[in-house]
Amino acid sequence: MPELLSVRNLRIEAVSHPPGEPPRRITIVDGVSFDLQKGKVLGLIGESGAGKSTIGLSALAYGRGGAEITGGEVILNGTDLLTLDNTGIRKVRGARVCYVAQSAAAAFNPAHRLGDQVIEASVRHGLMTKEEARKRALYLFGVLGLPSPETFGNRFPHQVSGGQLQRAMTAMALCSNPELIIFDEPTTALDVTTQIDVLAAIKHAIEETHTAALYITHDLAVVAQISDHIMVLRHGKTVEYGSVQQIIEAPTQDYTRALVNVRQTARMEASDQTSPLLKSDNVSAQYGNGFKVLHGVSLHLCKGQTLAIVGESGSGKSTLARVITGLLPPSEGKITFNGKTLAPALKNRSRDDLRRIQLIYQMADTAMNPRQTVRDIIGRPLTFYDGLRGAAKTARVKELLEQIEMSNGFIDRYPAELSGGQKQRVAIARALAAKPELILCDEPTSALDPLVAEGILKLLMKLQEEEKLSYVFITHDIAIVRAIADSVAVMHRGRLVRFGPKSQALSPPFDDYTDLLLKSVPEMEIGWLERVLDTRRMESAGN
Amino acid sequence: MSNSTETDSLPGQRFRERFPLLALVIERMLLSILLLFAVSVLIFGGVEALPGDFATTYLGQSATPQAVANIRSELGLDRPIVTRYFEWLGGAVQGDFGTSWASRNSVSEQVGKRLGNSLFLAGFAAVIAVPLAVGLGMLSVHFRNRMPDKIINVISLAAISLPEFFIGYLLILYFAVNFGVATFPATVYDGMDFLDRIKAIALPTATLVLVVLAHMMRMTRAAILSVMSSAYMETAELKGLSAWRAIARHAAPNALAPIINVVALNLAYLVVGVVVVEVVFVYPGMGQYMVDAVTVRDMPVVQACGLIFAAVYIFLNMLADILAIIANPRLRHPR
Repeated sequence: MPELLSVRNLRIEAVSHPPGEPPRRITIVDGVSFDLQKGKVLGLIGESGAGKSTIGLSALAYGRGGAEITGGEVILNGTDLLTLDNTGIRKVRGARVCYVAQSAAAAFNPAHRLGDQVIEASVRHGLMTKEEARKRALYLFGVLGLPSPETFGNRFPHQVSGGQLQRAMTAMALCSNPELIIFDEPTTALDVTTQIDVLAAIKHAIEETHTAALYITHDLAVVAQISDHIMVLRHGKTVEYGSVQQIIEAPTQDYTRALVNVRQTARMEASDQTSPLLKSDNVSAQYGNGFKVLHGVSLHLCKGQTLAIVGESGSGKSTLARVITGLLPPSEGKITFNGKTLAPALKNRSRDDLRRIQLIYQMADTAMNPRQTVRDIIGRPLTFYDGLRGAAKTARVKELLEQIEMSNGFIDRYPAELSGGQKQRVAIARALAAKPELILCDEPTSALDPLVAEGILKLLMKLQEEEKLSYVFITHDIAIVRAIADSVAVMHRGRLVRFGPKSQALSPPFDDYTDLLLKSVPEMEIGWLERVLDTRRMESAGN
Repeated sequence: MSNSTETDSLPGQRFRERFPLLALVIERMLLSILLLFAVSVLIFGGVEALPGDFATTYLGQSATPQAVANIRSELGLDRPIVTRYFEWLGGAVQGDFGTSWASRNSVSEQVGKRLGNSLFLAGFAAVIAVPLAVGLGMLSVHFRNRMPDKIINVISLAAISLPEFFIGYLLILYFAVNFGVATFPATVYDGMDFLDRIKAIALPTATLVLVVLAHMMRMTRAAILSVMSSAYMETAELKGLSAWRAIARHAAPNALAPIINVVALNLAYLVVGVVVVEVVFVYPGMGQYMVDAVTVRDMPVVQACGLIFAAVYIFLNMLADILAIIANPRLRHPR
């Protein structure tokens, strides 16, 4: 069978501008080769910086942000795209090869209706008339399961949800009947319950239209559902390339094996969960405009244990953390800590109350002053709470660095000189410096690559043992909950739908929402998506 | 938004939810009116607080206490300030700014003629400056960080850095005195034909254009660049659209709001900044009228000019905000 796309010895370079150093050329992708046949799907997987998106965009002969294709061949149906001139490339883009971006919300133009944007490429390339394109868009909206396809195209991007936008973007890519579609992390920004629908819609649409696809993601479980072949990338080089079966069931490389078995951490649930350290009694909260975001949440956490709060975006899980810290005083109910009621507002709490509860954020980047060194960042709470200065402070900073498994050499570095995982470690050390009893962790690993995230989780659990810490761990990742929690709270639309020890909360009988949530988490198992969809179909037929 | 919040909301909130665009526009207009009243208080109070008064300036050497008191009571200056403010405001709302103390003519009549001249000068400068600035802005985006961009930047920065009266004198020196291709002073009168009029105001127009050009040009450049780096422009490129199509259809609608804003701001500056330029070129506009009135402490004229300048400024800014609100698809098409 002839190859649709053949990439040979691809080499992509860019000019990097490290802070305080002269610019230098770096290689992003080095010697990558693969083939893709008509109607097949190849998954590209790897952590951030592995060069997956860069490789995907090379199929459109496009380099993002100064990236430049400096070697190799990208052969689409016998033509090397890299030899084409501007006009030639333009005829390929949007007509024969289309692109689905990670954030459809940013990739759609806010000033135009969705329908006009979906058919634009097909009409401008002269592939069909406006009328034909509209008919095809309507058909694709239906295939992708969008609500009321007849009128969907009249809407503006801000008028539909994130999951619908992502499907609309897929419709836009499919509209011109392309030979190849590049999916660049199309479901990464979505909630799990939305992700499964989009994933199913994309898979259905690919089967229906016989288009070939490159599917880029960092989630092996997702790519296992949709691909025929998988290529594992790291630092711009191929680690392993094979069929889905081979990669998932019999990986040959250590790195692939680590990706497949990423979740090795497991924590035995604490048996005694009766004497609470933190208690939330019937807490409600609203924002200034009267919009209620929390409705009577009651839960508790015992000393030395971990309470995991799960839910999708907008479920109120971060708001609950804001109420616990006092950043958002509750409109009803109270927070009790160590048997004592905490002042509702941050400004009325004593310095010692503040010290006992610390925070770690999702974006360690934005939670640190970029103009301060690690020494200043970790040293600040030491001075603020304990009055440490000079040599005593430095000694304590070094001690904390040791606790977070970083060497003393990092003490005078700036945040920009640290990797994502190292930044999150420094943020943990800063929280630890206050000698807290409770740390609120707000999605601390969701911006990190799986293996790095695993390291952070292990560190948090080690510190819990050493320092008898309690955690409130906010996440949307059920696998993390299974690994680290003692008790679990499931939140949905500002309400607590389930709360209890992990063993009870995550076993049947389930309420409807928890059931949907648990079933939506992709499992690293071929055919999982079909199985879940079949069950759903049977259930809805039974109703 | 859920149903529960709708039922217990006030009528004003319901209106805001159903017609967010209209509500915002009305709100913005009311704000402008409020602002104008606040400015009128400031102008009246400020003029009142100025040292020296008309009576002493007018009488000069013969200012006996009795003569000063006579003139003051004749002009009604002995009445309480609040009364005089509301009288003045009541008149101003109906277009009557009182009588000039110096010439005893109606201020409104005088201002009417002068305002026409000023608006003609500012308008003519705007007709040249706005397309030129937007065009140069697009040009420097097209040649970003290359020679044409740098040249445009340096020249426009030099122009904005020089005070307008200095540019005015430079232009007079070269074009009127040395080469003799332009006329000075810029005298216009009723019944002058259009071409002669244009010829007369060529130099003041050039001065004003040079002053406002740089700001508009640089904002246009920044607005287009910020739009060009957004993800939907990458989408347009990956759709294989031509560069022209991408800019006209995808970049322009989104760059419009910031450009409208800076254009309106500079139009307002044109009308107000015209004061200095008119004096330099002896042009019979509002600015000249106001400066003359200040020297003789002719307060009704100063107050009228101040209020009209403020009104123009506030109106143009309001217009810019309203256009920017309308240009926003999120407000035009609520969820």
